[in-house]
Amino acid sequence: MPETAALLTPASIAGAAYIVAALLFIMSLAGLSRHETAKAGVNYGIAGMAIALVATVWLTFAGAWGSPQATTGLILLVVAVVVGAAIGLWRARLVPMTGMPELIALLHSFVGLAAVLVGWNGALEETGMTGALLDIHHAEVFIGVFIGAVTFTGSIVAFLKLSARMSSAPLMLPGKNALNLGALVAFVVLTVWYVITPELWLLVVVTALALALGWHLVASIGGGDMPVVISMLNSYSGWAAAAAGFLLNNDLLIVTGALVGSSGAYLSYIMCKAMNRSFISVIAGGFGIAAPSKGDAEVGEHREIEVEDAAEMLKNASSVVITPGYGMAVAQAQYPVAELTQKLRERGIEVRFGIHPVAGRLPGHMNVLLAEAKVPYDIVEEMDEINDDLADTSVVLVIGANDTVNPAAAEDPGSPIAGMPVLRVWEADNVIVFKRSMASGYAGVPNPLFYRDNAQMLFGDAKQRVEDILRAI
Amino acid sequence: MSRIGIVTEQSPEARVAATPATVKQLTALGHEVVVEAGAGSASAFLDASYLEAGARITTAAEALASDIVLKVNAPTEAEIAQVTPGAMLIGLLAPAFKPELLEALAARGVTALAMDAVPRISRAQSMDVLSSMANISGYRAVVEAAHEFGRFFTGQVTAAGKVPPAKVLVAGAGVAGLAAIGAASSLGAIVRATDPRPEVADQVKSIGGEYLKVEVEVEQSTDGYAKATSEAYDRRAAEIYAEQARDVDIIITTALIPGRPAPKLITAADVASMKSGSVIVDMAAGQGGNVAGSVAGERIVTPNGVIILGYTDLASRLPTQASQLYGTNVVNLVKLLTPAKDGVLVLDFDDVVQRSVTVARDGQVTWPPPPVQVSAAPAAAASAPSTAGAAAAPTQKKPMSPVKKVALIAVGVAALFAVNAIAPPPLPQHFTVLVLAIVVGFYVIGKVAHALHTPLMSVTNAISGIIVVGAMVQITSEVPVVQVLAAVAVLLASINIFGGFAVTRRMLAMFAKGAAPAAAASTSAPSTSASAKGTPAVNVKTGAERA
Repeated sequence: MPETAALLTPASIAGAAYIVAALLFIMSLAGLSRHETAKAGVNYGIAGMAIALVATVWLTFAGAWGSPQATTGLILLVVAVVVGAAIGLWRARLVPMTGMPELIALLHSFVGLAAVLVGWNGALEETGMTGALLDIHHAEVFIGVFIGAVTFTGSIVAFLKLSARMSSAPLMLPGKNALNLGALVAFVVLTVWYVITPELWLLVVVTALALALGWHLVASIGGGDMPVVISMLNSYSGWAAAAAGFLLNNDLLIVTGALVGSSGAYLSYIMCKAMNRSFISVIAGGFGIAAPSKGDAEVGEHREIEVEDAAEMLKNASSVVITPGYGMAVAQAQYPVAELTQKLRERGIEVRFGIHPVAGRLPGHMNVLLAEAKVPYDIVEEMDEINDDLADTSVVLVIGANDTVNPAAAEDPGSPIAGMPVLRVWEADNVIVFKRSMASGYAGVPNPLFYRDNAQMLFGDAKQRVEDILRAI
Repeated sequence: MSRIGIVTEQSPEARVAATPATVKQLTALGHEVVVEAGAGSASAFLDASYLEAGARITTAAEALASDIVLKVNAPTEAEIAQVTPGAMLIGLLAPAFKPELLEALAARGVTALAMDAVPRISRAQSMDVLSSMANISGYRAVVEAAHEFGRFFTGQVTAAGKVPPAKVLVAGAGVAGLAAIGAASSLGAIVRATDPRPEVADQVKSIGGEYLKVEVEVEQSTDGYAKATSEAYDRRAAEIYAEQARDVDIIITTALIPGRPAPKLITAADVASMKSGSVIVDMAAGQGGNVAGSVAGERIVTPNGVIILGYTDLASRLPTQASQLYGTNVVNLVKLLTPAKDGVLVLDFDDVVQRSVTVARDGQVTWPPPPVQVSAAPAAAASAPSTAGAAAAPTQKKPMSPVKKVALIAVGVAALFAVNAIAPPPLPQHFTVLVLAIVVGFYVIGKVAHALHTPLMSVTNAISGIIVVGAMVQITSEVPVVQVLAAVAVLLASINIFGGFAVTRRMLAMFAKGAAPAAAASTSAPSTSASAKGTPAVNVKTGAERA
């Protein structure tokens, strides 16, 4: 059939496959928004990816078949995919749920680095373009490399901060906003320069510039903002892919990159709203300037509670709300907490979880941990759902959370975290705070909750303490 | 190690300064505790219980000769004579009213700490005996009234006729007043309460009372306090009391002003207007009384048959409870004095709490203490009404003005238009795709469930590994460097794709709804086995149910 053969070129097949793949990716993201369809969503994503990969391989090698570099390329490709898949699956299987933020940050950096490499390749390879198209190509190389490099070092810094290999305190260089802005201006200037006279050293300079900017952007964001940073880097990695799509004339890359980029940006926006921060200032590395805590005057005396008393209080409670934070993840306390939940529920006590949107170091971090410990997700509620019920709650257990339950945010307009929505745990009849010491939380803001009449402290390792309570019950 | 002595209080005081429970806490601070034989008997604490708690039972003399003497009421002259000079004495010393007592203690060389001089700052609340005792007194006031009152508190309809509920008026909704309101309403009475501070209305309502508001124009003073209750206010308040006195069966008054005689709230005329058999409990009788005709410590019956109780020992009439709470307040003070928990006393005059309670030291009377900067009270009170409304407001940005918004959108659209109009193909087509994809991405995730943020992120992360497509296209390049770089990029992106999807599946496998945990356990994801500790348990459970 000559007609069919003419129609079914590798390019047309790939184009069709790309449209299908893009649609599957959209369905994947849509599916991931609801519990019921989440698993199907992942499968759509995998299917889309498989179709895209097969189509690309077909397209690439059908075009270059027979040439010597095609064989080398194929070997390289197979080896790279196999090794990459092995490493990816191995890490995915081993990573503890508490280490999820680090893993995701690291994965983002891979996308960033890959984007840089693709951009460099675009510059190194002869394109055969002329005139305006060549100029545009040059600009695209620069944009792709720039976004990729920022994502790369930014994610690396996020990874280092999350895995505590680097201080999570915000880096405070003098005139940091000027530095960021200067880097952007320099980037524009260099791009124009490169378009006029494309020379390799300019590409080296812009790569170095972007790497430094990425590093500085994330280094100057405090550890407490990590959920936003991660979803922001997620967005950046999408834009990096989209830029590569422009560079390579590949619509699938553009669609997918834009999908990831815009959904990541929207997610960051949700996070920022939850913390009452300006989206722009977080993205630009603006937050982190933790205002000096002025709260010495508020210092009061906290009361301690014994394990037995805490157990007694829980047994006599009619409703219990548990508000976990990063401390629960650190102490790996999710299993005893789940067991405690189960025991209390068997006694007919209503137990629910109140999750602050930015609890932990990753959006939804607490949900993942609790799910790991088999806490049913229908008793895990978010802040807005549970806040109004807290006043009728007998006991609130604050496990490893601090800033997210800080009454200063709601009551002290002078506080650095003023206006940030928080879980109003202090309205409950009793609050038991699990804490290792009286130190401040991530934001470095003193927490007047600890000195409230209805709050009592239970010091020690959260896991240990919850297990003690379990025994006492 | 210091020795703490607990002595028997002078009759009729029934409380004791430490209970077996607080003795345990005191010994945990590194102190040795000795208790005079029979010290707790009036509060129903047996010597045997003290022994069990780790105390030693001893004589009055030895208990008084301890390093720290714990008392409830102020010591008598005879007791002071037995205290070792240089020792510490803790009790309710009423330093403002008993200068001669302070002189005597100072002359003896005793370091005297007055529990009732604890400053009213938030961190000292755990030692605030005035509050803990007021709570008990308020409750007991209702019990005393019920005891004298010849009728039920609650209303009933019985075969023998209808019983109307008692009506109770509580004047002053402080700690004692609120306790009284709570006790009376839980007995079934109709409870009304008055207080010059309108902000207590909610508290009154929350424990079952009805707040009677004094409706007058109160000119707002600059510091937020309606401190000087104006003449108009006083007149209106008096009218309310007069109206209520004719109506209610029981009046409990709790109004006190620190350092001044108690305000007269219920006049002789009001009392005379009350029904025969009505009961008034004047909890301020010790400070001059809120009620005309009340006598401190006495039960008075007026000519028209109204009983006025002026008991000043209400807390002591609930001795077991009162001793426990008082004892805990004392323990908290001792905790403050033994910061290292090693039984070594440290009296730190730089600490406001310790400075304030110390009324005599080194032969000197140290009362009154320098004024405490009560940081919380005035500032908080002043800003309380405003912060409630403004709490969220100050940091929230003003929404962008509509004109500005429209202008921004217009600029954006114009820029997009310009780029597409001048750009050569295939750029405009790419932009079309880009813009549409951005919009789709935005809407597709608009309603994501909060709990799914992490899985969503790891899936988008895997999907952004699509960059692999770019690298694959380049891998057949004729330039070897490009080939190698492309291979590295493929490798990195592959880690992303496979790792991202695998970890997402693993996470989703863990999410389970309470009712049907089995659904999650049955997922086929191969990578779940390592983490899902609970999976076998679910199977075991279903197996057991079948068996």
